[in-house]
Amino acid sequence: MTNGRQEIDHHIDIAPGDEHLEGGIRERVLGYLTGLGLAILLTATSFFVAGTDLVWQPSIPVALVVLAIAQMGVHLVFFLHITTGADNTNNVLALAFGVLIVMLVIGGSLWIMANLNHNMMPMDQLMRMQR
Amino acid sequence: MLGKLNWSAIPIDQPIPMITSAVVALGILGILAWVVLAGHLPYLWREWITSVDHKRIGVMYTLLAMVMLLRGFADAIMMRGQQALALHSNGYLPPEHFNQIFSAHGTIMIFFVAMPFVIGLMNLVVPLQLGVRDVAFPTLNSVGFWLTATGALLVNISLVIGEFARTGWLPYPPLSELTYSPGVGVDYYLWSLEISGVGTLVAGINLVTTVLKLRTKGMSLLRMPMFCWTTLASNLLIVAAFPILTATLAMLILDRYFGFHFFTNEAGGNMMMFMNLIWAWGHPEVYILVLPAFGVFSEVVSTFSGKPLFGYRSMVLATMAICVISFMVWLHHFFTMGAGPDVNAIFGIASMIIAVPTGVKIYNWLFTMYGGRVRFETPMLWSIGFMVTFIIGGLTGVLVAVPPADFLLHNSLFLVAHFHNVIIGGVLFGAFAGYTYWFPKAFGFRLHEGFGKAAFWFWLIGFYVAFMPLYAVGMLGMTRRMQHYDVPEWRPWLILAAFGAVLILTGIVFQIVQFVVSIRHRDELRDRTGDPWHGRSLEWATASPPPVFNFAITPDVRGEDAYWAMKQHARQQDVEKAEPDYEDIEMPRNSPTGFVCAFFATVMGFALIWHIWWMVAAGLVGAFATFVAFAWRDHDEYVIPAAEVARIDRANLAERRALLGTAGSA
Amino acid sequence: MTDATLAYAQSDPHHVRAVEHSGPASKRIVTAYGFWIFILSDMVMFSAFFAAYAVLLGQTAGGPSGGQLFDLSNVAIETGFLLASSFACGLAMIAADARNSFWFQIGMAVTCLLGLAFLTIEGREFASLVARGAGPTRSAFLSAFFTLVGCHGLHVSAGILWLLTMMAQVFAKGFRADIQRRLLCFALFWHALDIIWIAVFTVVYLLGSAA
Repeated sequence: MTNGRQEIDHHIDIAPGDEHLEGGIRERVLGYLTGLGLAILLTATSFFVAGTDLVWQPSIPVALVVLAIAQMGVHLVFFLHITTGADNTNNVLALAFGVLIVMLVIGGSLWIMANLNHNMMPMDQLMRMQR
Repeated sequence: MLGKLNWSAIPIDQPIPMITSAVVALGILGILAWVVLAGHLPYLWREWITSVDHKRIGVMYTLLAMVMLLRGFADAIMMRGQQALALHSNGYLPPEHFNQIFSAHGTIMIFFVAMPFVIGLMNLVVPLQLGVRDVAFPTLNSVGFWLTATGALLVNISLVIGEFARTGWLPYPPLSELTYSPGVGVDYYLWSLEISGVGTLVAGINLVTTVLKLRTKGMSLLRMPMFCWTTLASNLLIVAAFPILTATLAMLILDRYFGFHFFTNEAGGNMMMFMNLIWAWGHPEVYILVLPAFGVFSEVVSTFSGKPLFGYRSMVLATMAICVISFMVWLHHFFTMGAGPDVNAIFGIASMIIAVPTGVKIYNWLFTMYGGRVRFETPMLWSIGFMVTFIIGGLTGVLVAVPPADFLLHNSLFLVAHFHNVIIGGVLFGAFAGYTYWFPKAFGFRLHEGFGKAAFWFWLIGFYVAFMPLYAVGMLGMTRRMQHYDVPEWRPWLILAAFGAVLILTGIVFQIVQFVVSIRHRDELRDRTGDPWHGRSLEWATASPPPVFNFAITPDVRGEDAYWAMKQHARQQDVEKAEPDYEDIEMPRNSPTGFVCAFFATVMGFALIWHIWWMVAAGLVGAFATFVAFAWRDHDEYVIPAAEVARIDRANLAERRALLGTAGSA
Repeated sequence: MTDATLAYAQSDPHHVRAVEHSGPASKRIVTAYGFWIFILSDMVMFSAFFAAYAVLLGQTAGGPSGGQLFDLSNVAIETGFLLASSFACGLAMIAADARNSFWFQIGMAVTCLLGLAFLTIEGREFASLVARGAGPTRSAFLSAFFTLVGCHGLHVSAGILWLLTMMAQVFAKGFRADIQRRLLCFALFWHALDIIWIAVFTVVYLLGSAA
């Protein structure tokens, strides 16, 4: 549904996943290599933290979550090219909306179900707990 | 060879489904025969079934909704009849049958009437209002429609082959688990909704992308018509909520088909989690339905008051606030399940807060009318009826949002009255206003005004007579979904409610008559200017019906109410328009992809329900092959040469100019 | 409705931007954005499965729990394969933009092989769990585990089917504009799957074993 011309709007908007092509092939491959390297580092750290005794045990879940978010960030920036540039605003807004919904669903469900499970615990489980 | 399917699946011992199916089958065969013998099949295939034009798809969605309204309403009047009769008696519907009826009624009304109705209106109108030629993904649009039709088809097949679910329109476990619902009924429900859910998701993605990325030059977001804002909000909710429905129904499917333990009684299943997840979808769903209706009212009220919408920015804020908050209230559907006072209080407060932006909208509509020259044509009547009715329904909603009150009213007929109050008063009245308002745009002639008004009054009065008694009988303690009862105090109210249903039936009859009469007298009702209501937004700048490309030259917009401004300017300047520079226009080709995809989906759905595994595999292969074949197209667009564009546009403009010239002030 | 007619100056009280909206976006942006919205909807679907998993975590019905079942070295290898496949996919996209058919097909083939390796390891893990009596019908926890991880695996499988189709398309028709758009969508999908895997291996395997 165009009048035949394929336009590329560099300045106002960019497709999610596209990156500006001024870099040339070398720069782009370097970008992916950097992403790969960072991701490997963070992933290895995650696995290490999960299995080791060197870290204060109660902090492990938090550490793992933080590392996971960092890894996702690396993917978003280096592989998906989602940046904070003005041309990426629409893509970031959509992502933010998605993240909000995900947090509401997971957080809300966990909170609700925890309360429900506590209040509606079957009698036999309650008795077992009290023994 | 045929899984669980055998001849005993046909309920020959039950007269009602047998007679209904026979009548419907005869009707369908009759229509098919007429279509084929009168030679209309090539036209239908070329212009409608394989169409990727958003206007055609919008009409088909709306038609599906209206046909399914008749089926859903038949269920309703049967229930009212049963409850009016069944004091100390079994009525005429045995419990197994009654339970299928109320389950089918809810499922059909929500998924195959309300959803297609609003999606159809959004599809028809939004690209025209945005000043563009089509939605973002036209072929995907067709796929979405046909998948929705598949879902509707499967639900209706359950009437004659097998049975439907007996669990209510949301299949709560453990009743919906295999142990307690061993038949195919719940499976019909599950697969029908999984398939049509894909269709709805596709429509959601399409419309979000269209509103955010495809607007004509100069139309920034804050210059869009209000209907496009509500479309954006509603479809953002579709994209956010429907995946939850897909996942939750999938979990129930896994429990039933593979013996998983998500919601079972044993092995650690948690059936409360089903309620939690399904309502996390279910609440946004009702806002998905009502937001486009609010958009319709914004358009209708401003047009028929001759004034711009009051408080545009506050409307936008209210709409987006409703969009976000609607994802924070879902627990109010199960206050009584036991989450405790802290959780209940938070969600109760949130549920009351969400009434505030809706109130803002009502005030804005009232202020739009104030000081305007209000014309009480049928769309405006529906709008005023909505405002009164929806306020009552909203107030009872705030009432049940108070957890202690809800502990008494939950699952009573008070609740049933409340949600029908808001869905009929809000969504259905909005859909009726919408189709009356935009019918001339879609078909080129108006609907008969007299029958429209008659239909409105019978619907309005019928609604109150049918549902206000239900508030009363709910307060008197009657639970929902009762096949029989033994409390004599309830009966007079239920008889009154049944009479109300008959009034609504009269309203529906008038709507059907209106269609027949309008089509017969279409030449007298012809809309030659494209602007029968003195509209304000861009869809009224096109001919009725618009050419396939909508606009010969996509407009350049400078403010809100773009078309109104154009008309004022043209009148002031009395400009003799220079002929525009027509260019070639590329339009997407029609495609059978949607229809073929849906065919395989129907095959797969039916096969999954009846455990015919080889057929499932065949359907899957067929669907994948369809995708690949579609992806292999070399020519997905065709060109309309500039000369042809010019010819069509000149003819339209000439007709419009002639009529506006003789008519004086437009 | 021509430019001439519409070229009037109208004061617009809601004039927000200095630059006028320039009209509909290009096909590439529209297509990719629509697919981006689809990916976000897919993330919401996964979040429902995650929520179910988190709720049912302790419901082992007297059967084995995550700590007793998960083999983290296996998971590490799977993760490595998937991450490498994401990298290979990125290189394939660079080749596609440069319209280099040879490197594109190599990149995609490597992506495919690494993805298949991931699926093989996962399939083996599932099979061994079932053989040990820890299949999805054993307990609610296992139902949720198999569904969440299996859903991701199904997405990877569908992605591989798509990948092979794209390889065939480029081979048959070259780097046409519409095929380039589909490749962009595929890349978004493949990288998103890796992002979801990060959540899966962290929440399911690492947190499940550390507990």
